[in-house]
Amino acid sequence: MTLRRWSVTLLAALVALITIAPLIWMVSVSFMARGEAAQFPPPLWPANPTLENYHLLFGTFGVGRFLINSVLISTLATGLALLFTIPAGYAFAKLRFGGRDAIFRMLVAALVVPGQVGMLPLFLELKAMGLVNSYAGALVPWLAGIFGIFLVRQYCLSIPDEMLEAARIDGASEGQILRRIVLPILTPIIVTLALYVFLSSWNDFMWPLIILADQQLYTLPVALAANSRQNVQDYEIMMAGAVVTTLPVLILFLALQRYYLSGLLAGSVKG
Amino acid sequence: MNAASRTSEARAGRAMAAPALAAILLFFVLPAIASLFLGFTDFDIYALADIGNLRFVGLANYERLIENPLFWKAMTNTLLFVAVGTPFIVAMSLFAAMLVNSRWLKWRPVWRVALFAPYVTTLVATAVVWRYLLHTRYGLLNYMLSFFGIPPVDWLGSPTASLPAILLFVGWKTFGYNMIIFLAALQTVPRELDEAARIDGANRFTRLRHVTLPAIGPTLLLVSVLTVAGMFQLFAEPYVMTQGGPAQSTVTILYFMYEEGFKWWNLGSGAAVAFLLFLCILAVTLVQLRLAKRSGAL
Repeated sequence: MTLRRWSVTLLAALVALITIAPLIWMVSVSFMARGEAAQFPPPLWPANPTLENYHLLFGTFGVGRFLINSVLISTLATGLALLFTIPAGYAFAKLRFGGRDAIFRMLVAALVVPGQVGMLPLFLELKAMGLVNSYAGALVPWLAGIFGIFLVRQYCLSIPDEMLEAARIDGASEGQILRRIVLPILTPIIVTLALYVFLSSWNDFMWPLIILADQQLYTLPVALAANSRQNVQDYEIMMAGAVVTTLPVLILFLALQRYYLSGLLAGSVKG
Repeated sequence: MNAASRTSEARAGRAMAAPALAAILLFFVLPAIASLFLGFTDFDIYALADIGNLRFVGLANYERLIENPLFWKAMTNTLLFVAVGTPFIVAMSLFAAMLVNSRWLKWRPVWRVALFAPYVTTLVATAVVWRYLLHTRYGLLNYMLSFFGIPPVDWLGSPTASLPAILLFVGWKTFGYNMIIFLAALQTVPRELDEAARIDGANRFTRLRHVTLPAIGPTLLLVSVLTVAGMFQLFAEPYVMTQGGPAQSTVTILYFMYEEGFKWWNLGSGAAVAFLLFLCILAVTLVQLRLAKRSGAL
């Protein structure tokens, strides 16, 4: 039994090591001196760890600008998504209004349509609104998050009607009920949703690539992709760029993983 | 409850749902429908400058696509990704889930997080890392393979190796997500069932086939549908790692649509591609649901 226990654990450790090896290597190479990574056999650790690549990245390449853009867009996307999604999710779960169930069924059906299908017309629509090449244009898709409405609705269904009814009898308005009674109950799912939107908008690539033409507005992934396509041979700098791009979300996930995983399961059950 | 509070409840409900519904209508539903119509026009760079140049061309975009070899290349590449990638990724995810679900496993949460981590990383960043990892001369993968006497593979430079190379990356990036879904399903399979089969002398594969898989049937279907949909939406991977090459072996439908729309500004033709992409995803999803109904998994 002990043998079995250890062999399974050893196998899991091996698989886990192979899985995170690319990430460890990314960090390791980012501390190498320039040119050190272009060798055979590939070095696993930097001979003399240096911050040179990060200095170059933030100095010459101006990555600070892209970092600020990414932080701004992801933060705004998260705030806006919460603002739009939470009241709607609550309304679909708990407030009876005409056509509610029919609209909800249509939203379920709309989930089959991938967002990319409407990308070209959306680009033209935003061009007509003068939002191409602006933060606002990059934020627009996050307002239309059907998944968030599902998530919030699902969670709201478990709130007992008697609780809301009692507040109504006490004379609370519907807005007060949402703010004072429902929102505190929703805290865990709000964290989940915020985390989900923040990570998704941070990692998003195709839409910002299309809508942000001005280099000054590039997010980290768009800037990194642009550099990598120019066939940069400086692996150390590219790895440092990858670290700056992905480490913030990786840390955020590790800190709040419980919330992320519970949301993932709630979302996949709905499909 | 009286009529007045009913009305105020309905009014509040509409007010709270309205902003989100308006955004969904304006930025999701409308563009998706417009895509169908845009596909029947010759919207190009001239129409972009002056809408007066826009003409209705019927099915001309679709006819031209059918005659375009690159479109067919993108189609076959994508179908290849779906056909090869889906079983590969589903099997990999299920293996990881069964490993993490093993009752003999110590420190389960640690392994679960490590295996899930690639999924939350930034796709573009890890694609850059993998491009280096797959480098013919300096890459870690070829170095590892050299210990087994395997000569260096030109992963991203040869038309036959580029698809497996990208699949390897996509599998690494996404299997953690599927694993979590599988794990939740596996935890509902009673251990006694597996135990009884083991006592009856069933080996590991028989138990997998006759006990575990039937028990998680609906989840298997869900994961397959999600994976197929994901395979149809590959874009950043070829964009960053291969730029569609070599010899156009990694041009996917979405990559083709992007170039058609935003490189050549043939938005009419690009919209036609988008609509075909939608039909493909819809068809595959419906077929899989039908199969599941027939086999009684749902």
